[in-house]
Amino acid sequence: MISFFRILSLGLCGSSSLAFAADTLDTIIIDAGVDNPVRIAVVPFRQRSELDGLPRMADIIGFDLARSGQFAPLDEENMLSYPTEEKEVFFRDWRILGVEYLVIGRANLEFNGDVSVSYHLYDVANERQMLNDRLTAVRGKWRDIAHHISDAVFEKTTGIRGAFATKIIYVLARDAGAPSATFSLEIADSDGERARTLFSSREPILSASWSPDGRTVAYVSFETGRPGIVLQDIVSGSRELLPQFKGINSAPVFSPDGNSLAMVLSRDGNPEIYVMNLKDRRLRRITRHHAIDTEPSWTPDGQNLVFTSERGGRPQIYLLELKTNFIERLTFQGDYNARARLLPDGKHLVFVHRRNGVFHIAWQDLERDVMQVLTKTALDESPSLAPNGTMLIYATQDQGKGILAVVSIDGRVKYRLPSSSGDVREPAWSPFINTLSEG
Amino acid sequence: MTKHWLRSLFVIMLAGLVFAGCATTSETPEPTEPVEVDVEEPPPPPPPEPPEPPQDQNDEGIPVYLGTNRLLPRTFYFDYDRAVIDPDDLSALEMHATFLNNHRDRSIVLEGHCDERGTREYNLALGENRANAVSTFLTSAGVYSRQIETVSYGEERPADPGHSDSAWTRNRRAVMNYR
Repeated sequence: MISFFRILSLGLCGSSSLAFAADTLDTIIIDAGVDNPVRIAVVPFRQRSELDGLPRMADIIGFDLARSGQFAPLDEENMLSYPTEEKEVFFRDWRILGVEYLVIGRANLEFNGDVSVSYHLYDVANERQMLNDRLTAVRGKWRDIAHHISDAVFEKTTGIRGAFATKIIYVLARDAGAPSATFSLEIADSDGERARTLFSSREPILSASWSPDGRTVAYVSFETGRPGIVLQDIVSGSRELLPQFKGINSAPVFSPDGNSLAMVLSRDGNPEIYVMNLKDRRLRRITRHHAIDTEPSWTPDGQNLVFTSERGGRPQIYLLELKTNFIERLTFQGDYNARARLLPDGKHLVFVHRRNGVFHIAWQDLERDVMQVLTKTALDESPSLAPNGTMLIYATQDQGKGILAVVSIDGRVKYRLPSSSGDVREPAWSPFINTLSEG
Repeated sequence: MTKHWLRSLFVIMLAGLVFAGCATTSETPEPTEPVEVDVEEPPPPPPPEPPEPPQDQNDEGIPVYLGTNRLLPRTFYFDYDRAVIDPDDLSALEMHATFLNNHRDRSIVLEGHCDERGTREYNLALGENRANAVSTFLTSAGVYSRQIETVSYGEERPADPGHSDSAWTRNRRAVMNYR
C-alpha cells in the first residue's frame, strides 16, 4: 500500500517546478502512544471510480490520528457497517464497539477535474454531529485534503489545533564520511510522504529553519568551501547566499515576525550572536563574550533570544532580553544543555541534554524549573517543535544510521521516520501553513 | 711552525730508513745524500660550498622531516570536548612553523573537526576553536596570519563514519592542508 502511495504521489507532483526525487523517508514506525487512546472509527470514504488510483482518504486520516498517539483508529475489518453519509449512520453499531468518535465521508470529481470531499464527524455517545464540511481542491492536493480533515477532527475532539497539514524539512546525507558524500535539503509532508529535494550539494548542509510564513527556509551550506547562510524560497526554489564573513556563518533562525534573522558569526574572532534586519540587511551584534555563544532561538514574542553559551565553562542555555541585553541562565542540571527551542507558550523549553555521557532531548518548565528527559535513544539532537507545540521532531541514530524521530512533549507518544536513502538529520517542522491554497 | 717541525721529522725518518738499508745490505751502498724532500703543502681545500639545504618538502610541496622523504604529520588530534593542542604535536607544529617561516609564499588551510557527539552548531564552534588553537601556535612561532586560513567543519566531515570510540578519536582533529 505504501509503495502504491509513493508511485501515485510521484505522478501527482510531476508538475512541480522543482526536481522531484524518490521519497527519502520510509514508512513511519509507531513505537508508543498514550495509555488510553481515544477510540475513533474512520470509515472508508466513498470514492468515485475516477479517483480509484488515489490512496484511500480514510487510510491517510486514520494514520494521521494514529501517529498522534492520542487515537486508536478501529480496523476496517472490525466495523459492523460502512456508512458514507448521514442517513446510513447507526450509532449503536459504533457504541457496541466502544467507538467514541466516527468519521465518514465521500469524494467526488468536479466537472473541472477538481476533487471535492465531504465529511462528517460524530460524537457516538451523544449521537451528535460535531463537524460537517466539504473541501475542494485540485487533484494534486488529495493528501492535503486528508491532512486538513485530520486537523479538523483532531481540533474538534482534543481542543488542540492539529498539525498534520504541515511540512518538514531535513538534511539527507548519502555516503557520509566518504569522499563521495552528497548532502541534500529535503522537504516532505509531516508524515514523510511526497519528499522532494530543495537543494543538493557535495558539501555539508545543516541548521535548516523556517520563516514564520512557511515560504522561506534558511540553512547553512558549505557550497563555497566554508559555511554560509542561504535563504531559499520553497515554492520557486530561488536561493540567496547571504554575504559571507570570515569564519563561521551559521545557525540562522527567523524572528517570529519574519523581519529579522538571528545567526552566529565568528568574524570578530569567536562565535557571537547577531541579528540581521532582513529589510536593510543591517547586522546588530548581540553577544560579547570570549566563550562560545551559539544556537540562538527566539521567544514567541520576539523580545528575547535563548542561546547556548560556554561562558560558565560548560555549554548551558541562557536567555537574553534584546532591549536591555540582560542575560539570565536557564539550565542548571547537567554539564551539557544546548540547542534550545521554546514552546509556543513561551514557558517551556526543549533542548539537547547530556546525561551520563549520552545525549537526549529534554523538556523544561521555566516557571516551575522542572526538567524531564523525553527520549531514551542516544545521540539525539536538533529538536524542532510542531507548530501546535504537542510534538517535536528530532534527529537520532538507529543501528548506526541517522533517522528522524518524533516524541510528544509529555514523552509518551513516539514514532520514527527512518530512511533507506541515507542518513537523515537536521529536521525542522514548518509553522502552520495553508497547504490547500499554496504550493 | 708545526709544518716546519713535521718536515724536519720527516727528513730524520727518511735518513733513518736509509741508514737501516745500509746496515742490512752491504753491497752497493748508494750515495746517501740526505735528500731534501720538499713536501708540498696540500692544495687548500676548495672553499666550502654553501651547504646544500636539506630537503624540506617533497615534489608536491608538502613539508617533510628535514632531509628525508617522510611527510610531517598534518593531522592533529584532540581530546573530547577540548581544543587544546596535544604536547606531543608541538615538535611537528614547530617544524611546520619553520617551513612556513622559510617559505613566506606558502599558505595553509586549517580545518577544524569534531566527533558527532554534541549539537552540530556547538561542534561548528568547537571545530573552529581547534583550528584556531593550531593557528595561534603557528602565528606565535612567527608564521604570518595571512599564510593561514581556518575553516571549521564541525562534525560534518568525519574521517571515520563509524560511531565507536575509535571513530570518534579519529574525528576530533585539525587538518593542515598546504596550498
